[in-house]
Amino acid sequence: MRAAVIVFPGSNCDRDMAVALKTAGADVHMVWHKDADLPDRVDLVAVPGGFSFGDYLRCGAIAANSPICKAVIAHAERGGYVLGVCNGFQVLTETGLLPGVLMRNANLKFVCKTVDLKVETSESAFTQGYDAGDIVSYPVAHHDGNYTAGPETLKALEGQARIPFRYVRNLNGSVADIAGVLSENRRVLGLMPHPERAVDVGHGGTDGQALFRGLLGEFLPA
Amino acid sequence: MKARVHVMLKNGVLDPQGEAVRHALGSLGFDGVEGVRQGKVIELDLVDETSAATINEMCEKLLANTVIESYRVEVL
Repeated sequence: MRAAVIVFPGSNCDRDMAVALKTAGADVHMVWHKDADLPDRVDLVAVPGGFSFGDYLRCGAIAANSPICKAVIAHAERGGYVLGVCNGFQVLTETGLLPGVLMRNANLKFVCKTVDLKVETSESAFTQGYDAGDIVSYPVAHHDGNYTAGPETLKALEGQARIPFRYVRNLNGSVADIAGVLSENRRVLGLMPHPERAVDVGHGGTDGQALFRGLLGEFLPA
Repeated sequence: MKARVHVMLKNGVLDPQGEAVRHALGSLGFDGVEGVRQGKVIELDLVDETSAATINEMCEKLLANTVIESYRVEVL
């Protein structure tokens, strides 16, 4: 699998993401936000966490309008895979590739800890390494992870099983404990918790490995 | 020309920052503050012939996230 990791000014999880993908077996290319094109034949684009453009205006808003994001949108529209973590999730909602919006945490606090998530569906490339009902631990580190969407959108997300991860204990005010959402074609995933920070025993946990292995498994010859 | 764009959370969207400001006003002894909503003001320096439609497009595409925010343009 060929993967591109987008780097914005203020990204700070880009290298963690690259290491997680490489460890799982991907051929990883770092791509600067000013580039207008992705490397050829990229299967997955990862939009990493951090504070792109200093979170100016709204988290992810400036990044979503950078040159590379036009290419990321085109990649997704062609049916390509996209993974957005934390700030990357915020960027994906701002591009419109994922519905809803991430608001300031309801208690106004920056939360930085490892949290339990419930895997709700194994039916996506990202979650096929898990079983529905699994409880996994990923770190979170965010100030704006309070997911909100209109009632029609929520109904569609629930009805189509597009909420692969929920917080076991709601920590930021997210509606329906939503920690991550999938696009309609299930190939774009955004989530606030960091699977790439749970792939090595040195991280204190390896529950994120199955996400990257599952993703890589999607591209193995049958 | 100048335009001022006011961006506010839509009615019905919980504004935790506004709520924190309301609490702080209460603890300073200002009674009777029943609600606080916090928003943004963005001032634009524009060439004179910029149309209202163009400014609205700027708001829709970037300045506001219309999922949760409303905006109002004031041409100065």
